[in-house]
Amino acid sequence: MGLEWVAIAFTIFVTIVTSVPIGRYIHKVFAGKRTFLDPIVAPLEGLVLRFSGVDARREQTWKQYALSLLVANVFMWLFAFLLLSAQRLLPLNPDRIGAMEPTLAFNTAASFTTNTDLQHYGGETGLSTLSQLFVVGFLQFVTAATGVAAGIAAMRALAGDRLERVGHFYLDLIRATLRVFLPLALVVGVVLLWQGVPMTCGGAVRARTLEGGEQTIARGAVASVVAIKQLGTNGGGYFASNSAHPYENPTPLTNLVETWALAVIPMAMVWALGHFTGRRRLASMLFAVLLAIYLPMVVFAARQETAGNPALAAAGAGLDQSTGSMEGKEVRFGAGLSALWAVTTTATSNGSVNGMHDSLTPLGGLIALCGMWLNALFGGVGVGFLNLLVFLVVAVFVAGMMIGRTPEFLGKKIEAKEMKLASLAMLWHPLAVLVGTAVACHVWTTAASHGHALAWLKNSGPHGFSEMLYEFTSAAANNGSGFEGLGDDTPFWNIATGLVMILSRYIPIIAPLALAGTLAAKPRAPQTAGTLNVEGATFGFTLWAVILILGLLMFMPVAVLGPIAERLAAG
Amino acid sequence: MVREIRQAILFNLVTLLLLGGLYPLVLWGVGAVAFPAQAEGSLVRRPDGTAIGSRLIAQPFERMEYFRPRPSAVGFNAAGSGGSNLGPSNPDLVKEVAERLAAVRAREGEDAGPVPSELVTASGSGLDPHIPPAAAALQAARVAKARGAPIERVSALIEEHTEPPLLGFLGRPRVDVLELNLALDTAFGPPR
Repeated sequence: MGLEWVAIAFTIFVTIVTSVPIGRYIHKVFAGKRTFLDPIVAPLEGLVLRFSGVDARREQTWKQYALSLLVANVFMWLFAFLLLSAQRLLPLNPDRIGAMEPTLAFNTAASFTTNTDLQHYGGETGLSTLSQLFVVGFLQFVTAATGVAAGIAAMRALAGDRLERVGHFYLDLIRATLRVFLPLALVVGVVLLWQGVPMTCGGAVRARTLEGGEQTIARGAVASVVAIKQLGTNGGGYFASNSAHPYENPTPLTNLVETWALAVIPMAMVWALGHFTGRRRLASMLFAVLLAIYLPMVVFAARQETAGNPALAAAGAGLDQSTGSMEGKEVRFGAGLSALWAVTTTATSNGSVNGMHDSLTPLGGLIALCGMWLNALFGGVGVGFLNLLVFLVVAVFVAGMMIGRTPEFLGKKIEAKEMKLASLAMLWHPLAVLVGTAVACHVWTTAASHGHALAWLKNSGPHGFSEMLYEFTSAAANNGSGFEGLGDDTPFWNIATGLVMILSRYIPIIAPLALAGTLAAKPRAPQTAGTLNVEGATFGFTLWAVILILGLLMFMPVAVLGPIAERLAAG
Repeated sequence: MVREIRQAILFNLVTLLLLGGLYPLVLWGVGAVAFPAQAEGSLVRRPDGTAIGSRLIAQPFERMEYFRPRPSAVGFNAAGSGGSNLGPSNPDLVKEVAERLAAVRAREGEDAGPVPSELVTASGSGLDPHIPPAAAALQAARVAKARGAPIERVSALIEEHTEPPLLGFLGRPRVDVLELNLALDTAFGPPR
């Protein structure tokens, strides 16, 4: 047991330490400074931009930037939808996988375009190798880069003084892709290959087992997809069981590398903000505030999962649960590292799993839900920062009200327009989750009252409610993990979560971008003794409380109906 | 707007080829040259080249002469992985675990000692190739008896095939069931 805590602490420590230089590097890349990759990447970058007819020297206003972002994303979705619908007819399909049904193709294309990676199909049977590479693999790069670009544009805006132009979208997009994600993915990919993650164009292998039975073993181009699914806070696995599958995550070393890759870029973005604004202390304060929420969640969840499942005491005497609650978990990781992964993947909007979340203990599952409800504990690459920006603005407003001064952030006045945009971004998330869950409950209960309950729910009672709640939470947080007992490949779930994913991606990108854009245009007021100090411990504590109270309070009733009721019922 | 659309189409096309085509090709090349066995799925083959399975993928074992892997919610279907997705409080979970527990006790002997939960709970992937050393030790007497082999030699094989945690603390100690069973066949011959 003690060693599991060492493993957890070690993993988090390594991630934090390495996020510092990566944050510095990210700032260099987007500030247009020279980096060591320039000789290789710069020509390639120029080639892509010239081919696309992009004139990157003409910087865009935030509105032009947002328009380019949206149009680019529309075509990402369209490409994905067409490829998925036609995969039966296309090459690189060794296992002869059929075309995707339209609502599932809509959902899957929306899911990967929005960096969510919710999967209503099983990878082994649902996607051809071509779709894995050209839909999943491709979108996992460019949608992560979309998030980073949006985050960076907002950082530039915050740093600026009477700034009208925030950079060029396609230039940021290609830089994020080729200078941040691609090099890291290649390094991670090689480590995964070495450790046993397959990378083959051959399809499934038919084995005759030692006892003479038949076993068909699905394989594929796994290493390339797993590397970027972790780094880009994507989370969409090659196989149905994601990084619990031994081919996606075969050893404790791959688990370390994949957990690191989950969190390192979201963490680095906080340091990048410090470099952009020239306020390293602000970045340190933000980092500390986020850790002060994230770390207790890790400790709490790990304690839950390593304590075992008390309900199994009823299964009979002589059951040894000293290694924790092992249903849905893998021996090579153990309960502690599975809990760390579960918290990190939901806090960072990644959504990959190395154990089945549906079988998490009730309160362990609650922590996973909390991570997605807050959605800013480092958060998705780039967009996590946008969500944090919204919390920051609200905290500045609250603090300003409390001390009776005009709220100011980095010398910019926070006025009615900014507060409206922040409120829109902040309220959309609970609205999508709660209304979505309510509609699902309505559909399910009306069907049940007609004598045939829909075969959606694997579990009954509060846990069944949690399955529906989790699905909409995951869609709205653009997370992508699931309580997979939910039978979610139905037109209702495909269309409902597809729409939620799309709205919950672009509203929380555009609104904070608009917010940053209006702040950018304002003149910077000089710092005086009366200016709110946003770098100190007092404001840090205020921000911490604002995130927890405003972020979680609206979800309190559903938390009670689902995981907390389940825990109480277990006694 | 026309310009925007043209840019979006062309940019997506060229990056599609780069990231969907070239990037995996590079990793595929690295795998083929540097790690060919891993890239193909760490397969274990017979002398005639037919595949027995993969050392990373659990396969079912029923015979008394072999160690058993963890239960699989998908019946060891390596073309459709998955867990049970049973919630911790689900009565079906308690029932399944109780049945498996009774079966383990019947097979290994009522006085064999406490049963590690890994042997009666389904793994996340349904393909977990490992069991903890304690779960192997629990089965050692039964396997030795079925093979007419001395238990010391079976226990020695378990120890030999126990992988420690990385750096002493990352992950848990574990035994690869297929490799252990292959070692049994090498040491004592395949079961008749």
